[in-house]
Amino acid sequence: MATNSRQVGMGGTGSIGQQATPYRLGMSRRRWLEATQGYLFIMPWLIGFLAFTLGPMLASFYYSFTLYNVQTSPRFTGLYNYDYAFTQDPLFWVSVKRTLVWSIMTVFPSLIGALFAALLLNQKLRGMSFYRTFFFLPHLTPVVAAAILWTWILQPDIGIFNTALAKIGIRGPNWLQDIHWSMPALAMIALWTTIGGNKMLIFLAGLQGIPESLYEAAEIDGATRSQKFFAITLPLISPAMFFNLILGVISSFQVFGMAFVTTKGGPAYATYFYALHLYQQAFVSFDMGYGSALAWIFFAAVLLLTLLQLWLQKRWVYYESAV
Amino acid sequence: MQATVPNPTSTPAQRANMLHRAGANFNRLVLYVITIVLSLLFLFPFFWTVTTSLKKSVELIKFPPTILPETPQWENYTQIWGLGAGINFGQFFLNSAIITGLALVGQIISAFLVGYGFARFRFPGREVLFAACLSTLILPPHVTIIPLFVLFRSLHWIDTFLPLIVPSFFGGGAFTIFLVRQFIMTLPIEIDEAALMDGASRLGILFRIILPNSGPVIATVAIFGFIGHWNQFLEPLIFLNSARKYTVPLGLWFLRAQEGQAGLPKDNLLMAGSVLATLPIIIIFFFAQKYFVRGIAMTGLKG
Repeated sequence: MATNSRQVGMGGTGSIGQQATPYRLGMSRRRWLEATQGYLFIMPWLIGFLAFTLGPMLASFYYSFTLYNVQTSPRFTGLYNYDYAFTQDPLFWVSVKRTLVWSIMTVFPSLIGALFAALLLNQKLRGMSFYRTFFFLPHLTPVVAAAILWTWILQPDIGIFNTALAKIGIRGPNWLQDIHWSMPALAMIALWTTIGGNKMLIFLAGLQGIPESLYEAAEIDGATRSQKFFAITLPLISPAMFFNLILGVISSFQVFGMAFVTTKGGPAYATYFYALHLYQQAFVSFDMGYGSALAWIFFAAVLLLTLLQLWLQKRWVYYESAV
Repeated sequence: MQATVPNPTSTPAQRANMLHRAGANFNRLVLYVITIVLSLLFLFPFFWTVTTSLKKSVELIKFPPTILPETPQWENYTQIWGLGAGINFGQFFLNSAIITGLALVGQIISAFLVGYGFARFRFPGREVLFAACLSTLILPPHVTIIPLFVLFRSLHWIDTFLPLIVPSFFGGGAFTIFLVRQFIMTLPIEIDEAALMDGASRLGILFRIILPNSGPVIATVAIFGFIGHWNQFLEPLIFLNSARKYTVPLGLWFLRAQEGQAGLPKDNLLMAGSVLATLPIIIIFFFAQKYFVRGIAMTGLKG
């Protein structure tokens, strides 16, 4: 028994006991060669990371404290850009508010919708791979194509949607150009594109990983359908739920393409999202310094939210312990 | 009360069993109905795009709208394909094909180099670097897009395809590297060791042994990469200026913004353009669905 457990200990990854062959200062020639080769292999990424991610991040951080229009070199203005965003720019808070409303409107419905879709598409029905493809297609559609087809469907006078509504006696609004309806209309389009998308596939993978034996055992104990769902399914896919929630919130903050093509932020700034404001400042007004400040405020918000969710997950996400 | 009993000779137990089976069948029927109705709902916008794309311009403004085109106008497609000098779908397709193709090659080669490096070598800082790589997944593109514009502008790369291609040769993105690394780690390391004994170089092992055995992960990476590059919108919007160089999504956006001006396409042609823009993606997905689903499942989430 004793020898047995020792062998297990040695086989494991931990560097306990026997493994204590001294790790000398400087590495053996073989190790040194291996390390050098390793660095060489990851070099493309490392260069790319420095040139296209970390470097730009630092540059953007610096720009955020400057007045910079690309034509002339940046002029340091301290915290002016941040102060301007928080206290003077009237559109900053408008865009923040629109984006938060958007997140609230879309994240949970699309999460629940995706879970429902995954439960449905996890059934053993004939032709299932076709249904899965049909659900998934909207997610694959280029955003511009989706924008064009939905603008056409939601056209107020001759669009098929309002025509159908008229059949049941409802006079449909001018969806995308109505100050009250443009946001819900965009949310509806977003649900169409996201419910059957990656979130659904992640849920599906989670559902397929649940051992059938758990359900069988529950059935023997006389569990009902909903008992099985709440006691087995839900806890076991909570990691997938968590993953989807984080990515869902982050991507909802980034909403850009659909609004950019269909409403251009209008009417009357009703769909003026944060990313649109950033684009407007940086690439239309060429106020790169202010744009960078907006980008960093955005990044800080995303980071804080992700950390908050990481902290909260301990309370509701169930991770299978070892074995 | 005159209850009609389906079969007066059956015992109560048999009846209960029949009811149970009828119930199960009914449940399945409901499932089918829900699934099919929802599928149709998801599909309807595509159906509507295709039918609209085949209508004549005058038919578009009919009320109530016709469901199917009176006579299918296939020439709508040839029209948008060869619209004006250099600004037409043929050109956009060529641009997108060049960008997507080259970026994909770079992405796969460099992701294999890097993934192999992370999977098979021990070196100081490996875990930290890999974590740094993964953490870029949550980095919003907005944070880097402004300085990238400044960088590419100073390199005179603006309004060329380079900003859309070259970065792919440097690792190919965190998600791709992650997928490749995970896959290589499932291959037995003994193969590498045996080949090293025989005097093979590391690069030789990667390209002669690992790569030929990586069919599934190459397919997965290629599909994700293709869709990603093909559908990209923000980057081409910022890095490309002249309409002749536009990619398919950007060209579609451009044509739409010009709508109504003389000689430019109407909604039916834009619909034809939307169909053309989506078609390659649908074809790829249709043939490689299983790799796609596997790729998602490989994101490391276990149920």
